[in-house]
Amino acid sequence: MTMETEKKMIEVQNVRFVYPHNNEEENVIALDGVDFHINKGEFVGIIGHNGSGKSTLAKLFNAIIFPTQGDVWVNGFNTKDQEHLWDIRQTAGMVFQNPDNQLVATIVEDDVAFGPENLGVPPLEIRTRVDQALAIVEMQAYAHQKPHQLSGGQKQRIAIAGILAMEPECIIFDEPTAMLDPSGRREVMTTIRKLNQDKNMTVIHITHYMSEIIGADRIIVLDKGKIVMEGTPETIFKNVQALKKIGLDVPPMTELAYELRNEGINIRDNILSIDEMVEALCQ
Amino acid sequence: MPVEIKNLTHIYSQGSPFEFQALDDINITIEDGSFIGIIGHTGSGKSTLIQHLNGLLNPTSGTVIVDGMDIFAQKKSELIQLRHRIGLVFQYPEHQLFEETVHKDVAFGPKNQGLTEEEVDDRVRNSIKMVGLDYDEVKDKSPFELSGGQMRRVAIAGVLAMEPSVLILDEPTAGLDPRGRDEILAQIKTMHQKNKNTVILVSHSMEDIGKLVEKILVMNEGKIVYFDTPNRVFTEIETLEKIGLAVPEVTYLMRRLKKKYPEIREDIFTVEAAKNEILRVIRG
Repeated sequence: MTMETEKKMIEVQNVRFVYPHNNEEENVIALDGVDFHINKGEFVGIIGHNGSGKSTLAKLFNAIIFPTQGDVWVNGFNTKDQEHLWDIRQTAGMVFQNPDNQLVATIVEDDVAFGPENLGVPPLEIRTRVDQALAIVEMQAYAHQKPHQLSGGQKQRIAIAGILAMEPECIIFDEPTAMLDPSGRREVMTTIRKLNQDKNMTVIHITHYMSEIIGADRIIVLDKGKIVMEGTPETIFKNVQALKKIGLDVPPMTELAYELRNEGINIRDNILSIDEMVEALCQ
Repeated sequence: MPVEIKNLTHIYSQGSPFEFQALDDINITIEDGSFIGIIGHTGSGKSTLIQHLNGLLNPTSGTVIVDGMDIFAQKKSELIQLRHRIGLVFQYPEHQLFEETVHKDVAFGPKNQGLTEEEVDDRVRNSIKMVGLDYDEVKDKSPFELSGGQMRRVAIAGVLAMEPSVLILDEPTAGLDPRGRDEILAQIKTMHQKNKNTVILVSHSMEDIGKLVEKILVMNEGKIVYFDTPNRVFTEIETLEKIGLAVPEVTYLMRRLKKKYPEIREDIFTVEAAKNEILRVIRG
């Protein structure tokens, strides 16, 4: 393994993915020649309209599906390599949209223990891992509660803890806040940022809420199965018109900056947050 | 069709160890033809409340009066008639699609209303158009071949086809991409303006609520915290945050700008309004 591959968490090499249909002419090409990599410790946001290929990509990362053409490498393992299937799934955990579909046990701490139990982790170590995972998502106080009594944000944090207990290096979040109220969304986003910044975990965050990824290291924009833009949030979101054209949006502060510039106000075009907007307007 | 909610209380599993009071003496009147938003954190009672509005849940005490009729004092046949006039679009309504074709699925409701075939056909055509789909393109397709956003539209069309006087939508845009979200909300608004029907929108997006509704009902622990205009509600930032809610980003911005521009208005909740207000204070 070269230095170069050691730095890479995920590598996607010229991937094409086709959902077959009985009638071949109606095959759906979900990904069409996608090529990129994600470095260890990076926080990458992936955006694109419904049907652009985001979730297909997420399933490829986790070896739930396999490329029709090309290869996906997770931590140096090719996802097509059946022998390393469990290494791959343990390295790259996934959190989905609906918290109710991800919780399996009747007590919070049993739910968090489910993953490591299946990996054959010794009981004493499971105990330690569960406690640590609940501490990271700040849900220790709820260890003995029933999951159905929790709020949406709390359930989603338990789902994250369940992944953490398997000690992954990378977590893929597929629209984890889509069903949450504002406080639930705040809780989950705080947890995600903490995992990346304090625990140095690689984070891939797929979302329709542009404000959630203004702090990402990099954003990948998908359209019709292809990468159409890639770069820092500042360089991506200033393309207000181009993003709207492919059915996307920009954070409210970026849109406001764009509107003010159109009115002749001299203000940066790469403003993302309220702080930046206050600074720009109050010089 | 005004909707009066009177002393409405709902207790789940009353008398058992799981007893839970979801609604606590709710009293409001929703005027005919108004556009109302309902906000509140998960478990605040929003869904329990809307399920009383067409008689899906029976109250523990209190009642709902629609168009002068106490809905819980009606015979079953009358309640069914009433349900035709109060359309409820659940969360993820596409999970309820079941027919072989889009046309059949949308036609299901109006057919049960006892309309003639021609009337049903008209309704189906119109409501599919109303949700922004091409009737000829989708009518013979299976709803399950469509994309998520299109399925959502078909499901909403199925409720619109019954031409309800009161349309209740529980998070109609959850999981949709920005364009899908904006298009569906714009269509709901256009339809409201055209048909003057009452619309009740439950949403977790403060941005969407700020853009669309005339009045906001804020719920917390089964009680009403506010029932007022967006101008009044969204200026109560501290209270809203305390109960797990928020205000649109631009509203937070206006408050921050007040230090430098004391004359700036705080009751701003769309990007458009923020732009105009900032231009006003900067240009003086």
